[in-house]
Amino acid sequence: MRRIAVTVNGVRREAEVEPRLLLVYFLRETLGLTGTNVGCDTSSCGACTVLLDGESVKSCTVLAVQADGREVTTIEGLASDGQLHPVQEAFHRNHGLQCGYCTPGMIMAAVSYLKENPSPSEEEVRLALEGNLCRCTGYQNIVKAILDAAQQMSGARV
Amino acid sequence: MFPPPFGYAAPRTLEEALALLAERGPAARPLAGGQSLIPQLKLRTLRPSLLVDLRHLPLAGIEEEDGHLVLGATVTHAALEASEAIRERHPLLHDVASVVGDPLVRNLGTVGGSAAQADPRGDWGAALLAAGAVLVAAGPEGEREIGAEDFFTGSYDTALRADELLVRIRLPRRPRGGGSYHKLRRRVGDFATVGVAVDLSLDRDGAIEDCGIGLTGVGLTYVRAGKAAEHLRGRRPDPRALRRAAELAAEECHPIGDERGSAAYKRELVRVFALRGLERALARAAG
Repeated sequence: MRRIAVTVNGVRREAEVEPRLLLVYFLRETLGLTGTNVGCDTSSCGACTVLLDGESVKSCTVLAVQADGREVTTIEGLASDGQLHPVQEAFHRNHGLQCGYCTPGMIMAAVSYLKENPSPSEEEVRLALEGNLCRCTGYQNIVKAILDAAQQMSGARV
Repeated sequence: MFPPPFGYAAPRTLEEALALLAERGPAARPLAGGQSLIPQLKLRTLRPSLLVDLRHLPLAGIEEEDGHLVLGATVTHAALEASEAIRERHPLLHDVASVVGDPLVRNLGTVGGSAAQADPRGDWGAALLAAGAVLVAAGPEGEREIGAEDFFTGSYDTALRADELLVRIRLPRRPRGGGSYHKLRRRVGDFATVGVAVDLSLDRDGAIEDCGIGLTGVGLTYVRAGKAAEHLRGRRPDPRALRRAAELAAEECHPIGDERGSAAYKRELVRVFALRGLERALARAAG
């Protein structure tokens, strides 16, 4: 067992973990943050996407011990003061989901990507989502939502 | 899916890391981004008793020094993809960094990790062969340099000893140089069906001065298309010369048929990608 301290959604969390514990299970089972889904468990689908020091990663393919001393943001950490994040709002407004299973991962990937590229083209959004699969094939509205969020967020900055 | 139990260490210095590798031998495994290693642990195709996490070691630099580019072993694909210097001066590396895995995998996966993994369908091996890279290994007796052609010894096999750590990769910067990488994959996240890496430079008269071509997916490990490159050296890059070089590359690889395509199909892909790759590399060298 190894003692780790991870700042999750702004709160420092400490725990004794086995080195083999995957970050996604640390979040879901140790901390009870079940917003992050386990999909394929093989680094393909991106349902488990979280931000590690601000960058999107697949938390089924990161060990919890690798996050020691670092910051993790999950879907639960996006809203502030009861106000949804603009990307969450945009998914709602554009119906950027069908069954919803991929949604937390899609939103986390989008949040990280829009920080890198605040005004992407449609094609750039599609490329940025290459690591996130929607098996309902609901990509049209997901892409629409992200483009909408980009616009709202750049509008807010002006 | 849980990996089997293993120990974990996150040494603060290279010396500590090397001491752990020396002490534990092949039972210890360096952990960089983990994007190949963690899936392998889950599948139990590897059973190390200790992971040596490299994340505290200062190995993530991208530096240009006297005619060379020096990449630390834990530079991520994403860092390379985002680097303007790499995009401008090492287009082959930019191309490769943009098509490894998917964007999320690229945020963690590292160039050195991919090289040491030596997956025969990986992208970096072909690129490092084409670019004439030198890989620097640190071990108990200090550092040694290994040329890419000697580094990749087989499928998932390299010249690294169990007590050695890949620390840096050095690549020559070619004046009037250009490069490219073409890859076919069945879907995002899949390994290459075939990948062709080209790195070349022009002399002052516009003839090809130096040229390297590396192939992935068409051999037990990466293939250096030496005859194709030799055909072009010193020659003016007219369409006939390029076509001939592409044919030679297709002749000197040894693909096998599998779920990604027949041997004949892969050989034809090598020819087509080599031709496109040479054309793109030339356009970049001239531009």
